Amino acid sequence: MEVGLKMALKGGGGGDHVGGCEKEKMGFEETELRLGLPGGGGEGGEVVRKRGFSETVDLKLNLSSKQDTSGIDPIDEKVTGLNKEKNLLLSAIDPAKPPAKAQVVGWPPVRSFRKNMLAAGSQKSSSDESSGEKVAFVKVSMDGAPYLRKVDLRMYTSYHQLSDALAKMFSSFTIGNCGSQGVKDFMNESKLMDLLNGSDYVPTYEDKDGDWMLVGDVPWEMFVESCKRLRIMKGTEAIGLAPKAVEKCKKRS
Amino acid sequence: MESSELKRSKDSVNSCESARRSSFPDEVLERVLSLLKSHRDRSSVSLVCKDWYNAERWSRTHVFIGNCYSVSPEIVARRFPRIRSVTLKGKPRFSDFNLVPENWGADIHAWLVVFAAKYPFLEELRLKRMAISDESLEFLAVSFPNFKALSLLSCDGFSTNGLAAIATHCKNLTELDIQENGIDDIGGSWLSCFPESFTTLEVLNFANLTSDINFDMLEKLVGRCKSMRVLKLNRSVSLEQLQRLLVNAPQLAELGTGLFSQELTIREYEELESALSNCKNMHTLSGLWDATGMYLPALYLACTHLTFLNLSYAALQSVELAKLLAHCPQLKRLWVLDSVEDKGLEAVGLNCPLLEELRVFPADPFDNEIVHGVTEAGFVAVSFGCPRLHYVLYFCRQMTNAAVATIVQNCPDFTHFRLCIMNPGQPDYLTNEPMDEAFGAVVKTCTKLQRLSVSGLLTDLTFEYIGRYAKNLETLSVAFAGRSDWGMQCVLGGCPKLRKLEIRDCPFGNAALLSGLEKYESMRSLWMSACNVTMNGCRLLAREMPRLNVEARGGMPHHLSLLSEMLGTRQTENY
Repeated sequence: MEVGLKMALKGGGGGDHVGGCEKEKMGFEETELRLGLPGGGGEGGEVVRKRGFSETVDLKLNLSSKQDTSGIDPIDEKVTGLNKEKNLLLSAIDPAKPPAKAQVVGWPPVRSFRKNMLAAGSQKSSSDESSGEKVAFVKVSMDGAPYLRKVDLRMYTSYHQLSDALAKMFSSFTIGNCGSQGVKDFMNESKLMDLLNGSDYVPTYEDKDGDWMLVGDVPWEMFVESCKRLRIMKGTEAIGLAPKAVEKCKKRS
Repeated sequence: MESSELKRSKDSVNSCESARRSSFPDEVLERVLSLLKSHRDRSSVSLVCKDWYNAERWSRTHVFIGNCYSVSPEIVARRFPRIRSVTLKGKPRFSDFNLVPENWGADIHAWLVVFAAKYPFLEELRLKRMAISDESLEFLAVSFPNFKALSLLSCDGFSTNGLAAIATHCKNLTELDIQENGIDDIGGSWLSCFPESFTTLEVLNFANLTSDINFDMLEKLVGRCKSMRVLKLNRSVSLEQLQRLLVNAPQLAELGTGLFSQELTIREYEELESALSNCKNMHTLSGLWDATGMYLPALYLACTHLTFLNLSYAALQSVELAKLLAHCPQLKRLWVLDSVEDKGLEAVGLNCPLLEELRVFPADPFDNEIVHGVTEAGFVAVSFGCPRLHYVLYFCRQMTNAAVATIVQNCPDFTHFRLCIMNPGQPDYLTNEPMDEAFGAVVKTCTKLQRLSVSGLLTDLTFEYIGRYAKNLETLSVAFAGRSDWGMQCVLGGCPKLRKLEIRDCPFGNAALLSGLEKYESMRSLWMSACNVTMNGCRLLAREMPRLNVEARGGMPHHLSLLSEMLGTRQTENY
């Protein structure tokens, strides 16, 4: 059967097995797929080829500029030269060595769709928590309670109000006595320890820096700005936070 | 049988007797053959004789085309005049992993044009890895008045506008199944395009769309589609909304929840729990985005008859999974993320004795720093507890030959064994040897094996084993493996039932490629990328096999990527 090739086989000649072929001109783009199917194909029992061989060869061979010298120029390659070229190629690549740990395209074989869906999940939940202009929703958890809650801090104007709201959601506890400015006195560490020892539960929060702090250490407005998450801890556990709280307080003043 | 059919048979008997053509009336033969559903059986039947060929083609109502380039729509229409349902697959599977260039092809439109002319009563279209545009979807929606079911998996090229066209025009729609696709999600308004009079929907799956939909419209839609049995929601639907939907659709058999995380009052929680447990027919559960131990207990009562649980979008910890599985004794299929770790898989082995299929996906596949996940221990634990296991897809970061040997000893009935050791070319981490013996054990022990994916450090020995022992193997996936042409030659020289072979980043060259000439006639497709095949090798192949559809593309450094779609020369193979 006639075979058409776009490019002349250079350095070819007699030994070339593609003899008898014509060198046609074709103008196909790289990987262009032909959907025009040969409609006048064979009888019912025969399979019709999608495209003739002449149409399928990809001819944008920009290899020479990008390749190593160990690569082959297939245009020059003869059929009989296959073995030689195989050796050349094998020496260029050691298949026993796994590729470097850089990101390999399409590996591991996880559908990009699945990858995106999982990524979307984590993105969405983090954007939920960052405070918007109008609302400041933060998650509230209480040690031992089965349900997480969410509160909008902007609905309250003081620690007292927050305390009331939390008390309604969970079993009773108190934020404890606050000073005249509605702010705890965190300057005295031993006083703080006493306070914590006396409470069953103590509210703590995660601030913008990722530190866990005791609720009540800063003025209310500042608290609303910096609070990312609330956790109502057992008093005895919260003691560990006391020194940090005192330190941070001292730094600020 | 109605009297009219009896009459027809009688008439044909008379005409046959008078014509003395055949002692077996065509109509009767057609009637009998119409009961055949498997396309492979039908292909066999069509080869018996001319009469049977004709009876088969007149009685066939569903056609399956595994490679859209293997045949033209005109040929299909000419041979099968009475098709009502079409399944078409297009791009090579590696297109799922971005290895196929964009605009490669597999466009549905030419098919739709032919179908509109030849199959005006087309009812079902199921596409996998095809390119489909909004224009095509609209064309589909208006061209087939009886259209009932559309299923799209791993397709791309369309947006939610195309879905709007379907919802607007398909008055008899029973199924809209939009699985993982490259869809341009512009917004959720498509759902609101279903007319108020529309009540026939039985399957609605929009789980993988991201935009918010109008919940009111959804609630009304679900409320009036009393036959709905499959409902898979997307993330935008909250727990509270889920509860409202379930109250009106307790008949659901398959449920995909929306986001499974929300603050609920105790009363709301109990209502949800109750609504879930009222779905007495529920056998499949999925969705569960962001589910944590917090609300999973709401599912417990609903899980009693569950056979398929898809947790692959919920990063559960081992304890949470264990608690949940204690309530799922009937489970046959389980999909999880590797966040459950080996301990979670131990719980699978303990709680799910009927398990047949397990898929463990990586939660962080592209992060090289992560070291947790599952190991060989988890897989072994499952194999001890689940002797009926026959389908596994397992992503892990370490494996041993001994572990795999134990696994297949416990579960010799594997039909699908897909093991992905995520670091390419990684050896047995205990012995530092190649993983050849692992896959050797698989093919020697699992005689029913149909599909195999190999990974890890592999020499040609693995492929010797595969060629020699895998007598029923149809699909083989290979990456970063092998030492020389010999490996691929072994596979092509053995494996009598091989249909699909996909290879990437292996040192197989022209000699290997050309050793399979005879084999390619009976295969559906071959993919080779980043191997040692050259352009001339492809030319030679195409010249030797003029009936093959060969496509080659250059561009990779060091060697060419060869992308080939091969077709069988026997027509029957393609259906």
